[in-house]
Amino acid sequence: MQYLLLIYANEAETAAMNPGSRESMTAEYMEFTKSIIQGGQFKAGDRLKPTSAASTVRVRNGKVLTTDGPFAETREQLGGYYLVEAKNVDEAIAIAARIPGAKLGSIEVRPVWPPMT
Amino acid sequence: MAADDLREASDHRLRMGIEEIFRREAGRVLATLIRLLGDFDLAEEARQEAFTAALEQWATAGVPSNPCAWLIQTGRNKAIDRIRRDAVFRTKVLEEIAGAETQPASVAAEADDDSFGDDRLRLIFTCCHPALSGEAHIALTLREVCGLTTQAVARAFLVSEETMAQRLVRAKRKIRDAGIPYETPEPPLLNERIHGVLAVVYGVFTEGYAATAGSRLVDAELCGEAIRLGRLLDELLPANQAVPGLLALMLLHDARRRARVSDTGDLILLEDQDRSLWDGSKIAEGLTLVDRAFSIRGQMSPYAVQAAIAALHVQSRKKEDTDWQQIVGLYEVLLRLQPSPVIELNHAVAVSMVDGAERALNLVDSLAARGQVSEYHLLHAARGRFLQQLGRLRESREAYCAALGFATLEPERRFIASRIAHVDKSLSPI
Repeated sequence: MQYLLLIYANEAETAAMNPGSRESMTAEYMEFTKSIIQGGQFKAGDRLKPTSAASTVRVRNGKVLTTDGPFAETREQLGGYYLVEAKNVDEAIAIAARIPGAKLGSIEVRPVWPPMT
Repeated sequence: MAADDLREASDHRLRMGIEEIFRREAGRVLATLIRLLGDFDLAEEARQEAFTAALEQWATAGVPSNPCAWLIQTGRNKAIDRIRRDAVFRTKVLEEIAGAETQPASVAAEADDDSFGDDRLRLIFTCCHPALSGEAHIALTLREVCGLTTQAVARAFLVSEETMAQRLVRAKRKIRDAGIPYETPEPPLLNERIHGVLAVVYGVFTEGYAATAGSRLVDAELCGEAIRLGRLLDELLPANQAVPGLLALMLLHDARRRARVSDTGDLILLEDQDRSLWDGSKIAEGLTLVDRAFSIRGQMSPYAVQAAIAALHVQSRKKEDTDWQQIVGLYEVLLRLQPSPVIELNHAVAVSMVDGAERALNLVDSLAARGQVSEYHLLHAARGRFLQQLGRLRESREAYCAALGFATLEPERRFIASRIAHVDKSLSPI
């Protein structure tokens, strides 16, 4: 089964990190990504630009309504994701626990519906 | 006439025998069918169909030599038939299950006690998986592992049957959708997950032990189920001090259940209980388990320490004989393992029995000063008691009144009110 691992963190806190911690965080992420690619679990993964760059789109009565900012104001914001292949939720949780961001924010583990056939 | 009567009597005996087998094997059959079919609802339906088929066939052909294996095999075949009929499922699910069908002997071969035990252990770990909510843990365990009806589980939680049915449906859907595995975790994860499972079992027990609402029958039933689960875990899990520790703790508490509440439903404190009402065989089993728990090396378990405290209480024939010195020591161990305000409070009560009320009052006051538990009624009740012992009656009355303000359970409220009345009697000049 595929799981989407959504990485949430407080953007303000992440932005305020000192350069040294930021560098070691980046190194940890590269190391982690390499390990799940080698393990065959990696399907996709990206870091997202901050929510200040986000737009939210709705279509109402056929009209496109675009607003500035994320869909909802929350304490932690979506900052990146991995799409992984795992045997079951235990394996997905184990992978999520190794994501460097899990130490600062939180990881939501969401099973993905298999594609419709 | 006589021949008819005889046949009827023997039919009746056979039917009772079959029903006894169903009762005994229901849990094992379900646990194994869930593993074979990979779906809770499908497994429950398959078990029901297997039971129906057994009632018909065993009446004429006799009970097979291994009824449990027969029920599992029949249930699995019925499920496969059902899936074949159901076109929606036809594609993928069937292939998975039919894969196992190529070795029909394997089911019968697996029908030894070990693999059934494993299946029930798998089921417990699935029902207590941390990806499910706490409410779901207890409800699913009672329904799927203990085999309680949805109605009985609903009664235990004081919710409607409909609400409980919904809760169970949601939990089973989460198991399927999230990919919660049906397996006993491997060692590093096992040790972590055992604690969650034990917490659920203890939760079932305290639900039954502390519940003051609802029917008494259900309460005793929950304590009994928790002890049954504890025995199962003790039988199936590798040596871990927490397992016999928890089982001992539950048995030693349960042994005192009849002495704990008066005929009028009032709480009776340990020191005032009629010790002849304590259940001797449960106490004996509990004490043996405490010894066994402490003979297992490794990290000391808070359950085992609590069981040791309970053991010291039940081992004294009179309340004056209680070894409070050792109980104080065990509470100090417990405070290091698992610090909590409730344990601090219990420690203070034990200290009052050894060093007197003055020192105990200081401990409770320092706990109260940290402010986390200012609304905990038992803290105020303990202060009231220590102050009363020191003869500071007006302060004692104030503390008991504060306790009454925060207490919610009726028997506890009545108990505190009786304490206030007692202080008032000492305060009154007449």
